[in-house]
Amino acid sequence: MDLNTIWFILIAVLFAGFFLLEGFDYGVGMLLPFLGKNDEERRLIINAIGPFWDGNEVWMLTAGGAMFAAFAQWYATLFSGFYIALLLMLLALILRGVSFEYRSKNDHPKWRNFWDWSIFIGSFLPALLWGVAVANIVRGVPIDADMNFVGSFFGLLNPFALLGGVMFVAVFLFHGAVYLTLKVGDPVMNRAKSSAKKLWIVALALVVLFVIYAFFGTGMYRSGTAYPPTLVAAVTLILSGLFLNKGRNGWAFAMTAVTIIFITFTAFAGLYPNVLPSTVDAAYNLTIYNASASQYTLKIMTIVALIFTPLVLIYQGWTYYIFRQRLTLDHEMEY
Amino acid sequence: MDALFLARLQFAIVTVYHWFFVPLTLGMTILLALMETKYVRSGDETYKRMVKFFGTLFLINFAIGVATGIVQEFQFGMNWSQYSRFVGDIFGVPLAIEALLAFFMESTFLGVWVFGWDKLSKKIHLATIWLVAIGSNLSALWILIANSWMQEPVGYKLENGRAVMVDFLAVAANPSIRYQFPHVFFSGMSTAGFFVMAVAAWHLLRKKTHGELFSKALKWGLVYGLIGSALVITAGHFQGQHMVETQPMKMAAAEALWDTEQPASFSLFTIGDMKKREDVFSVKVPGLLSFLSCNNFTCEVQGMNQLQAEYEQKYGPGNYIPNAMLAYWNFRLMVGAGTLMLLLALYGVWLMYKKKDFRQHSRFLLFTVWALFLPYLANATGWLFTELARQPWVVFGLMRTEEGVSNTVPESWVMLSLATYTLLYAGLIVADVYLLLKYARKDPDEEETEQPETPAPSLVGVA
Ligand code: HDD
Ligand code: HEM
Ligand code: HEM
Repeated sequence: MDLNTIWFILIAVLFAGFFLLEGFDYGVGMLLPFLGKNDEERRLIINAIGPFWDGNEVWMLTAGGAMFAAFAQWYATLFSGFYIALLLMLLALILRGVSFEYRSKNDHPKWRNFWDWSIFIGSFLPALLWGVAVANIVRGVPIDADMNFVGSFFGLLNPFALLGGVMFVAVFLFHGAVYLTLKVGDPVMNRAKSSAKKLWIVALALVVLFVIYAFFGTGMYRSGTAYPPTLVAAVTLILSGLFLNKGRNGWAFAMTAVTIIFITFTAFAGLYPNVLPSTVDAAYNLTIYNASASQYTLKIMTIVALIFTPLVLIYQGWTYYIFRQRLTLDHEMEY
Repeated sequence: MDALFLARLQFAIVTVYHWFFVPLTLGMTILLALMETKYVRSGDETYKRMVKFFGTLFLINFAIGVATGIVQEFQFGMNWSQYSRFVGDIFGVPLAIEALLAFFMESTFLGVWVFGWDKLSKKIHLATIWLVAIGSNLSALWILIANSWMQEPVGYKLENGRAVMVDFLAVAANPSIRYQFPHVFFSGMSTAGFFVMAVAAWHLLRKKTHGELFSKALKWGLVYGLIGSALVITAGHFQGQHMVETQPMKMAAAEALWDTEQPASFSLFTIGDMKKREDVFSVKVPGLLSFLSCNNFTCEVQGMNQLQAEYEQKYGPGNYIPNAMLAYWNFRLMVGAGTLMLLLALYGVWLMYKKKDFRQHSRFLLFTVWALFLPYLANATGWLFTELARQPWVVFGLMRTEEGVSNTVPESWVMLSLATYTLLYAGLIVADVYLLLKYARKDPDEEETEQPETPAPSLVGVA
């Protein structure tokens, strides 16, 4: 396997980690106004992701940084092309990042309300927009011979991309609801559980729709590499609902985690060896070869990644272990 | 107004804004770690309350530092795509390492530190804040490696119109980072020192309870701030000398030196004419600039006009003179603020050494409160100087700023982003300052319960 392929896989792994971890953060953030009926309950929900959300967000930053380092042309074309969408996402993320810390620092109801809705929007928009972005990447966007994006913002809002966005929102909502069933006490836990059961059906339906659309409307399944991950994602998604009904919430969460990882892998497998197909002319596709950094840079980055990624996994795993306890309303809460 | 100008303005605004929060994080994480170390060693609860008190203020600051950092990371691709294409091979590497090595460490352990007071043993809890401190300063190191490479490109070759890395170690240990990192590290230290000093002084001025905690805090801040400001100045001096060698135009602009002088005089005050490229009025100290640039009073310092002629020969026709007025004043504001900081910290440490009760020195306390503005001023003007006086280059000698801007992003998009960032950031600073004031005024014991507002001391005169 050449270094370009290794880096393609590593970036897929980083995005999978990002969607898996931020996925439940976003889900919890979107559920906040609906599952928390009073201020205490909303604090409980926020504290359930309190120690983790920032560390989880760094998965996105690392994925972005790795894209820049390994495939600078991809990073440059994508980020300048998706300018308006990314602007919206950044505004949402800024608000969200501040909200967690600021919300409980003043007990005026208007203040708290404002930040609660910021958390909601700050979780909803990025979930939606990442779905839109991923769908557009696998579908392809207009790129000219100089690797420049020549489409428009509204061109990015095509039906397939929007379906991708809505699917991401639904899957993250489901994932977040299942997470809450593990992390908080009653009565929020019961509410989370009954929401999760409904969200499961929605998520499943949207994933099926998306796969059908991708099969007929895009080149995602042309090479065949995308079939196995799709299968894993579908089976685990079904299993998660079954486990949930049996009251095996831990297993249900493990299944939604695998689903999200394999949805990501599906997209990347369907893409390979492209990183951004051109809808203008296949000759203009950005690939893992014409968009990549030099072999020397890839080698350096490989060494760095091999040393530090396992370390990160170990200490982030440790934090989940430290804060494994279920939070209830009588706990003292930081946020 | 064109897309280039707007993109530059946007970069300047969001970066300086990010930089309002960063130095405090850099210095404060270390200071908190030191305070907590003292607590764990001595078992004195005063230090625990001190850590919690200043920790809250730090977290309010940190939240915006993180939120605005995300913009920075995305901005290169969004607004500077041509630049990203050109330097990606080199520049993306420190950025990715920063995230993988530093951001993960910083954010993960900060979460553990905040939520882990009752869940971890004292020692492990202490270890987490040290890891946060190391992580945030490592993040500074790697982003500065990226920036210093733009000041002084090394370890690359040009291939198909792109800069390609040939030597990672040369990039990571480039000559410029050896000056830039210490300067920034100590600027963070001095910022945190002055922050703690100001808050403690405010409480002591109020002459209320917790005299002991805040007297101690003031001493910690003073010592830390004195070390920080003395060393930031020392580092700055050497950095300036390095700058004369690698970017002589920057030094000439900083000194408004139009024509080469030997020996060169240091200008205290100059009004110049950018169009005619000459001074209108100025006050100068003979020989001092020579001394600052090369440690003796007689060496030659090149002027902007001569450098311009030299660069035209080397790089082709064009204007290689940065905006000298901005360079000159930004540099002076930084140096002036640094000098005042050093003097104030020296005076404070002298009082401390004489075992004076600070509460008897309300004029000193009052100055200390207001001196909080000094490190912020020096930090902002320092960066503005470094970056503006490098113009027209974005990568010195290799790429001009105008060549780096995104070629497919229309002016209207940049206008939109510039406007929304500005508005959002303005809103955030209001929330930030409001919360900082609210929590800085709190009594350390009553963290959770609201207490009636005590009248604030007057900040414009000694009562
Ligand atoms: C010398 C220090 C320094 C400088 C020059 C910069 N930053 Fe910064 N940055 C930090 C030092 C730092 C920090 C101390 O690590 C922060 C500041 C406050 C914080 O919470 O972490 C941070 C946060 C921060 C974050 C959020 C990290 C997280 O979620 O934990 C990102 C993505 C960036 N920065 C990216 C950048 C980029 C792309 C810069 C270049 C233009 C930049 N920063 C300049
Ligand atoms: C390391 C932290 C950095 C800080 C604190 C910083 C600070 C600044 C400041 C204050 C300006 C003001 C420019 C103006 O008014 O126009 C500026 C300009 C600029 N900087 Fe940096 N910078 C940093 C890193 C970088 C990096 C990593 C890049 C890589 C692209 C960069 C590229 C630019 C560009 C393209 C401009 C616009 C040119 C200009 O406006 O003059 N800077 N920066
Ligand atoms: C009083 C003596 C000082 C001197 C002689 C000095 C010198 C310098 C020089 C020469 C530069 C530009 C380096 C370059 O472009 O290559 C610089 C930049 C800078 N200064 Fe200072 N400085 C002083 C005080 C301070 C203080 C007190 C602070 C903050 C608390 C500060 C913060 C900065 C920052 C943030 C930068 C930009 C980053 C960098 O290029 O290192 N400086 N300083």
